[in-house]
Amino acid sequence: MTETLAAYSLVAVYSAIAVYVLAFIVYVLDLAKRSASAQAAVPAVAGAGSVASAESLAYRPGATGVLERTVVAPAASGASRYQRTAFALTIIAWVLHVGGLVLRGIAAGRVPWANMYEFALMGTGVMVGVFLLVNLWRDIRFLGAYVTGIVALLLGLATVNVYIDIAPLPPALQSAWLVIHVFVATLGTGFFAVGAGLSIAQLLQERREHGKPGLGFLRTFPSSTTLENLAYRVVVVGFAFWTFTLIAGAIWAEHAWGRYWGWDTKEVWTFIIWVLFAGYIHARATRGWRGARSAWLAIIGFSAVLFNFTVVNLLFKGLHAYSGL
Amino acid sequence: MTSAPPSDTHAASDPLRPSDHFESEAPADDTTASGIAQPKLGPVGYLRFFWRQLTSMRTALVLLLLLALAAVPGSLVPQRTSDPNGVIQYKAANPDSYQVLNSLGVFETFGSPWFSAIYLLLFISLVGCVVPRTKHHFDALRARPPKTPARLQRLVGFTSGHAGTDASTAVAAARSLLRRQGYRTEVYGDSVSAERGYLRETGNLIFHTALVGILVTVALGGGFGYTGQKVIVQDSSFTNVLTGYDSFNPGRFFDESQLVPYSLRLDKFTGEYQLDVIKGKTQPTDFTADLSTRAQDGEWKPAVLKVNSPLEVGDTKVYLLGNGYAPVITVRNPDGVPVYSGAVPFLPQDANLTSLGVVKVPDGLAEQLGIIGFFYPEPIQKNTGAYTSLTPYSGDDSLLTLTVYQGDLGLDTGAPVNVYSLDISSLDMIAGRGADAAPLELKQGETAQLPNGLGSIEFTGLKRFVSLDIHHDPSEGWVLAFALIAISGLLVSLFIPRRRVWMKAIPDAAGVRLEYAGLARGEDPGLAAAVAEIAERHQAALGEPGGGTDAGTDDGANDSASPERRMKS
Repeated sequence: MTETLAAYSLVAVYSAIAVYVLAFIVYVLDLAKRSASAQAAVPAVAGAGSVASAESLAYRPGATGVLERTVVAPAASGASRYQRTAFALTIIAWVLHVGGLVLRGIAAGRVPWANMYEFALMGTGVMVGVFLLVNLWRDIRFLGAYVTGIVALLLGLATVNVYIDIAPLPPALQSAWLVIHVFVATLGTGFFAVGAGLSIAQLLQERREHGKPGLGFLRTFPSSTTLENLAYRVVVVGFAFWTFTLIAGAIWAEHAWGRYWGWDTKEVWTFIIWVLFAGYIHARATRGWRGARSAWLAIIGFSAVLFNFTVVNLLFKGLHAYSGL
Repeated sequence: MTSAPPSDTHAASDPLRPSDHFESEAPADDTTASGIAQPKLGPVGYLRFFWRQLTSMRTALVLLLLLALAAVPGSLVPQRTSDPNGVIQYKAANPDSYQVLNSLGVFETFGSPWFSAIYLLLFISLVGCVVPRTKHHFDALRARPPKTPARLQRLVGFTSGHAGTDASTAVAAARSLLRRQGYRTEVYGDSVSAERGYLRETGNLIFHTALVGILVTVALGGGFGYTGQKVIVQDSSFTNVLTGYDSFNPGRFFDESQLVPYSLRLDKFTGEYQLDVIKGKTQPTDFTADLSTRAQDGEWKPAVLKVNSPLEVGDTKVYLLGNGYAPVITVRNPDGVPVYSGAVPFLPQDANLTSLGVVKVPDGLAEQLGIIGFFYPEPIQKNTGAYTSLTPYSGDDSLLTLTVYQGDLGLDTGAPVNVYSLDISSLDMIAGRGADAAPLELKQGETAQLPNGLGSIEFTGLKRFVSLDIHHDPSEGWVLAFALIAISGLLVSLFIPRRRVWMKAIPDAAGVRLEYAGLARGEDPGLAAAVAEIAERHQAALGEPGGGTDAGTDDGANDSASPERRMKS
């Protein structure tokens, strides 16, 4: 029974990967199409001055709240058939993905995040979940290529390289904190992933706004200021979750190992990531660090998260040796 | 900068921020200052200058990033505190780089002077920022919301409407509406000035203060605690006194009288495993140690200890860290008189509990005897002739193989000796691979003769042992409390918006023209929508049908503040 369910789970995950790749391709086609049509539209837009003036207004101080909507508007209305298709595919892939996760959990008779394969499955699932969730609040479908690309890649790597059969929980993981600590950590990761995507878009957009040659499709993206504000909102939520992860981890460490903090490699990296994002939040409030510099911090922070999950898990020695490999 | 917000919107109730905070006034233009001779700074001036630098946002930011960077080496090389054996291995493997890294203190990264310098500076910077801000915030809490700006049109979410009442009615209605929404209000002529979200700054200050609290309790509290390790074999007991421990790490302010005397006894240990014989994988699923505890002069009481669920006893917490088999071994001299008898903890070497142990018999025989033993709970012989264990479960077949040495055990030098290892440099192998006699193989109850007529050795019985960590840390609860305060402060400071809202009533022929606008203090993307909602409710309260704002009241209220629409209105 367990093995049948685990096999179904794997089939669902493979299907999800396939659909994510499909969604990624359609998102890229959409971006390519936007590049082409944006180039064609340049003279007209410049003549009418509608987009340009909307963006220049964006720099009016004290009007941050106002502008987001104005500038998001072109992107929202510009949702092409390609983009809508890709978004629908993303939802389908995510449903398969969650199905795979749930089946794995039922097969194992416990939460499906107790070894590296399962962390990867869960973490990527939450990433897409956060992407979909943020879309309910603001239209960030333009990030679709980034999200589906990363998730398809990570899921593919995980199933090929770190897949292991279902195993019972070792005594060290038999704790309610496994459910809380790890789940909240993946939530934080999901928000950081989307935030880093927005920050990358912000940097590219800023480059273009400064008159450097940029990718054509960026014309249909929100302004860099809007992207920065969006990224901040998303990262801050991630930061709150990460802080909680840190505290919950310390409580669990106290229960399992007899000390709440011992500079274990995983603890060190969780701390580094927390400090990096604390730096990001301070940078956002520091004159001369808003904009590109803070965006880089968000990207470095998310890179550290990925590093923590991959390199630290596989190559570093430490107490968090639960990859199951 | 095209235009700054009207200066009269900056008020005493603004949080006090370092000068390079993005909401602070920009520094004076450099072009005017250049060419003018700067006044010379005296010693006090310099101190003031450095203090200002230290408490600036930029310095805090750089220190934060440095802190992250400085923590990295602590994860790349093993740390003495968390992995002392790793450090020894590193030294053996890379003696040259060990020298360099050791002199830099990288093996003690988190206690090193450079790491400490960074976080101490960071915390000084933090305190230097938080203290004046706290004082300022206390004053701000008692200050009145700032005067209504002359022209609201330039502020966020500007909307206007009309009502057929007089100005004072409109002002009173606006005031009670805003108060109900948690705003602090002040009436200036025919206008209401309102501010809310003071909690944002309160949360911010609480968060940072709690971080200082964590640092202080960790630094001081750790000094009053202690940590000890103890291996307890089944049916034997441990007493919480200094000599009872195998190893003991006291905190800086530890005093032996802190030890609350109590006793622990291991009655039974059960390990449960899931076996996958095909893949040869064994997964532990449960460890349970049945203990008895006894307070001083009290009765023995049963207690259960598991991984992830420490046992609280006598001011300490006891953790189950390891377990294994402890074969009972009896050595007799040629006359049959026991010269050594005891349960010897064998350290597990693999998942199936193939275990390694050492027996030292210094007295009673013609020669000092050293024995290295392997224990196989369920033995199976490989093609090479060597044994391995198939499962971690013991039974009648459980096998002990012994390599026996005679000579000098090296116990007489007075230097501390590890009981789990045997120094064979001045010992001769008398039974084992390569010696004249084969290694001894014993099942439970069996006896073998030692070579050279030294005597006999018996595998008398089998017991279990557990290795325990015993901790006392009085600061734990405080650290947790500060951590929880910190996260509450953080949530409040990140997610409660600080905003100002104004309503102005301008009498005209048919009643009053009403104007509304807001101003964000910090991140506040929902401000425009909030102003629109206030406008709608206010006019509804004044009896204007459907709110009647110029900007519309449907779902599009969110768009009411868009520049295009504002210009049209």
